[in-house]
Amino acid sequence: MKMLSGSEMVIKSLVKMKVKYLFGYPGGAVLDIYDALKTVPNSLKHILVRHEQGATHMADGFARATGKVGVVLVTSGPGATNSITGIATAYMDSIPMVIISGQVASHLIGFDAFQECDMIGISRPIVKHSFLVKKTEDIPETFKKAFWIASTGRPGPVVIDLPKDILDPLIKKEYIWPENIFIRSYQPIISYDPKKIEQIIIQLLIAKKPIIYSGGGVITSHSEEELLFLAEKLNIPVTTSLMGLGSFPGTHKQNLKMLGMHGTYEANMAMHHADLIFAVGVRFDDRTTNNLLKYCPQAIIIHIDIDPTSISKTVIANISIIGDAKQILKQIIHKLNKQKIENRQKILQKWWNKIKKWKDIQSLSYSKSKTYIKPQSVIKCLWKLTKGNAYITSDVGQHQMFTALYYPFNKTRRWINSGGLGTMGFGLPAALGVKLAFPKEIVICITGDGSIQMNIQELSTAKQYNISILIINLNNNALGMVKQWQDIHYFGRHSHSYMNSLPDFLALAKSYGHEGMKIEKKEELKPKLKTAIQQLHKNNLIFVDIIIDPLEHVYPMQIKGGGMNDMQLKKRETV
Amino acid sequence: MMHKILSILLENEFGALSRVIGLFSQRGYNIESVTVSPTEDSSISQMTIQTKVENENIVEQIKKQLYKLINVLQVQEIGIFPHIEREILLIKLKLDHEKIKDVILITKIFKGKIVHITNKTIIIQITGTNKKITDYIQIIKKKNKILEIARSGIIGILKN
Repeated sequence: MKMLSGSEMVIKSLVKMKVKYLFGYPGGAVLDIYDALKTVPNSLKHILVRHEQGATHMADGFARATGKVGVVLVTSGPGATNSITGIATAYMDSIPMVIISGQVASHLIGFDAFQECDMIGISRPIVKHSFLVKKTEDIPETFKKAFWIASTGRPGPVVIDLPKDILDPLIKKEYIWPENIFIRSYQPIISYDPKKIEQIIIQLLIAKKPIIYSGGGVITSHSEEELLFLAEKLNIPVTTSLMGLGSFPGTHKQNLKMLGMHGTYEANMAMHHADLIFAVGVRFDDRTTNNLLKYCPQAIIIHIDIDPTSISKTVIANISIIGDAKQILKQIIHKLNKQKIENRQKILQKWWNKIKKWKDIQSLSYSKSKTYIKPQSVIKCLWKLTKGNAYITSDVGQHQMFTALYYPFNKTRRWINSGGLGTMGFGLPAALGVKLAFPKEIVICITGDGSIQMNIQELSTAKQYNISILIINLNNNALGMVKQWQDIHYFGRHSHSYMNSLPDFLALAKSYGHEGMKIEKKEELKPKLKTAIQQLHKNNLIFVDIIIDPLEHVYPMQIKGGGMNDMQLKKRETV
Repeated sequence: MMHKILSILLENEFGALSRVIGLFSQRGYNIESVTVSPTEDSSISQMTIQTKVENENIVEQIKKQLYKLINVLQVQEIGIFPHIEREILLIKLKLDHEKIKDVILITKIFKGKIVHITNKTIIIQITGTNKKITDYIQIIKKKNKILEIARSGIIGILKN
């Protein structure tokens, strides 16, 4: 029987769970763990961040790109509280993550000790579950449980709070790694009613105006192949949520692209006029529905989701199945394959004709400028140069929407973005996490002058570990999306949406030891971006500051309070 | 608005109770009363929560959200099935010698009992449904000065 200290058990458990990267920041309560880290230099690599929020986003980016659990290590008090935004970001987007937080010694808990805070209490609303470990010998089982909970069912972040005294390197206890664990109140695999499969097939076959609405759950459950097969077999158009980009090939002729507030005209119109919405792995988030009272009045709604709380929470489902999307889609395909299916081209011809008319409006067209670089053209250029194969992280704002609309993602897990919480400062650290997971791939962080400054200190982390990502800063000298909303809803009163004191981004990047590049003229865009991408192969981080049209808005845009079909396609032009 | 009674079985673990209570506050649901204690199996606690909701959909959401908590084993809406519910009231009144006979009579009708008495105060215990206790308070306060009230919140159990 092995006798180990608590801190050794932590490290041993992480190695046992095959954790490759640990993103963290040391402090008093976790110093014993940091000391024990020295014993496993090859199997578990620690990435020292510059702020704990950065650690959570890096682990998050790693998890989104790989599908594995991202792991974070922070100290008690401020270390733990700094990780909160990242935990909430992961929670909102159902990302598997384990956050190990140090805690003051057990006898000091509740005494307002130095660097004490109630991490379990503070993180409670934004975690899938949390553990306060009270005994050293409970550490292995707790870790196994935490990883299991984080990565099964609807994934999410799990906090493990470790009081300092149970980590004491001088106190050795029996280390028993549980090969199997059982939590009687947590059984994530849910069986579904097979009769509903029949009902769904009937509806899919009789619908005259069907649409598939695909979300992040398709990516989480790896059901993209089944979805593609089903959509092609039944000739049904597909729209994806922001989180679902890549779940259906972006350049596929049946893809109507993103729906919702900044969705394409054809996607939103098709949703509004559909007689059947086949929703897979989506939660009918308010950014995709507009006014619920006017939502898709003719549609029968079929909803597949792993999380029972997502069913009929906002939009009432006519047929719902709770369970793993992959298994359910497989069953639908299995049964469909046994049936004789009529000519789907013919049956849905009228519907596709309508969709074509909406597509012909070309809602993603934008006005050209002689003087300014248009942000849309930057994204399109990046898509061409990377042949659509890059991993793209984004921050939150106009640049995020431009990327979502103009970079067609053909594969899953290439679009790394804070959809639910909308966290500015996410892009750079997330990109570093992605690049660590896939060092040979091109990783691009598309950001804005507001967002990048929220976690810009992580440029230092990138330098320390030579993480060569490309940062595209769409610089409009403003908080673009805030300004856009002020233009539309506040009569152009720009209250605190300007950034009047921007740093010299190139000098700043250089001061961290990176390469910098500025693009101000349209004709420079393509050659300079090409050079920047080539330079990535020299293991440099390239910061490209692109001065874009400061007046550009993101369109199309739904009209507030309207139905899915109430859209504005250009400034002051209503369809 | 509808009153609903939920009976919840959950792991008797650190933080489990706060997760349930926190879920109500973070999602904007209302808790009217809550009682909790370990069951005959000390690793499981039983909670009874009385809540007020606008419609059935909200109760469904509450139940689903509760089930999502890792520590929760079972959620039952007991109000819709034959069940027994009880609440305990301890009420302290200012003792008025002229009115004491009335107080004793009303308490007897409500099958309550006097559990403590001094020259200045009288403490009465009533057990029964939420409505019975509310009715008792309404009647007794008409002619007596209430000094203090302690109500337990509802506990409930299904008949079958």
